[in-house]
Amino acid sequence: MEIEDVRKGTKFLIDDIPHRVEEAEFVKPGKGQALYRLKLRNLFDNSVINRTYRSGEKVDEVHTEIYKGQYLYKEGDQYIFMDTENFEQHYINEETLGDKRLFLKEGTVVAVTMLGEKPLEIELPITVELKVVKSAVTTRTDTITAQYKPVQLETGATVDVPVFVQEGDLIKVDTRTGKYVERISTKK
Amino acid sequence: MDDEHQRLIRLKPNLQRRALIYEFTRTFFREGGFLEVETPVRVPAVAPELNIAPFESEGWFLATSPELYMKRLLAAGYDKLFQFSRCFRKGERGRWHNPEFTLLEWYHTGADYLQMLNDTEKLVTVLASRLGLGVRIRYQNQNIDLTMPWQRITVHEAFTSAAGWGPVTESDPLRFDTDLVTKVIPSFAGQPTILLEYPATMASLARLKAGGPGVAERGEVFIAGLEIANAYSELRDYQEQESRFQKEIEHIQKEEGRKAAIPRQFLKALRHLPECGGIALGMDRLVMLLCDAGSIDDVMAFIDDSA
Repeated sequence: MEIEDVRKGTKFLIDDIPHRVEEAEFVKPGKGQALYRLKLRNLFDNSVINRTYRSGEKVDEVHTEIYKGQYLYKEGDQYIFMDTENFEQHYINEETLGDKRLFLKEGTVVAVTMLGEKPLEIELPITVELKVVKSAVTTRTDTITAQYKPVQLETGATVDVPVFVQEGDLIKVDTRTGKYVERISTKK
Repeated sequence: MDDEHQRLIRLKPNLQRRALIYEFTRTFFREGGFLEVETPVRVPAVAPELNIAPFESEGWFLATSPELYMKRLLAAGYDKLFQFSRCFRKGERGRWHNPEFTLLEWYHTGADYLQMLNDTEKLVTVLASRLGLGVRIRYQNQNIDLTMPWQRITVHEAFTSAAGWGPVTESDPLRFDTDLVTKVIPSFAGQPTILLEYPATMASLARLKAGGPGVAERGEVFIAGLEIANAYSELRDYQEQESRFQKEIEHIQKEEGRKAAIPRQFLKALRHLPECGGIALGMDRLVMLLCDAGSIDDVMAFIDDSA
């Protein structure tokens, strides 16, 4: 594809390694050629590089496939996902998942992006329901000033919740923002 | 609709300051004896320039700059001119670009490019002072000291020290642009800087420096990473101008597959052009600088959002 058509989110190959555009900036000296300064994330190891491309340059677009995969369990720093249609299993490492792993509960079905036989990234459901495992003790003065307190969820994420939420409660979280949405049920 | 509403309310302080900048700029030039003029936006031919693509309009074009018309006025005997001119350049959209934008151009007979650059220094300093900003301004978390004189450095010196090669002796236009953007401009940091003496191959409509080693009397102003203005000692030799245009047209055809034509009326007038200097300054960028705005979108009420 032409570099002109590259946008934030576009994936293309550099030396056979898929990269995703995190930021794209158009720069052009008044009388000079158009340049594209890209911040690119290596989808294999999550590292970030900056590259400048010239107008007219071409890049190899990445052709990926997406399947519905269920997260089964964790083995070392590998997370194992199963294609819900053909039951094939794939390993994704912690680095590739990044912060998404903090909302990943066994049994959750996610969209897995595959490049050939290699999983590149996952997309979480927009909201997930997770149990509160640890809540800071709120003092009386805190409750007067603060409406929210941080709690830890069963998957490891820390989110701010209203003070009425307690340990053992099940809450709904927006995975795009990492923010509390509502309480689903409370500990009996 | 709601987004637009919010956006326009948020922009109001910048648009108010923009109006003041225009007012103070007009005063600056009127007091200097310059006449404000207007020239056509829809034109039969633009100056053929590689990397500057005009929009077509019923077989004509939208102006990419008012330069050719300004010089036709000078050739008719006008001696000091300025204009705020809407210009259009295809495919230019980003934080510092909008395909429709405003150039401030001014011309002065008897002057050369150095004098035009001195004018720019004065104009920017006067504007900052009249806006109550003083000579030390903040732009996107950088401290900018506008105290005159600004740093002046030749293209050769700047490239040799920041990029390790000299574009005057070693012609490599592709590498020039990339190194300018990624190495040379960043090396200026918070210091307003004037780059002087572009390689002769990049002279465009500037005259070559007499006795100079293959350089043109062309200079550019950079402040806080923004390219603000481009000045020439104007080329008066119509034969040389025609041959430069011809070469450029071949380049455009070869590299961009686009047809370009010689602006005949302009070449005819060029025979009568007196010795003069001229400069084009990006008004939107100047407003960005003086509003501490990180994007051109923050200083224009309505931007091109087709990209």
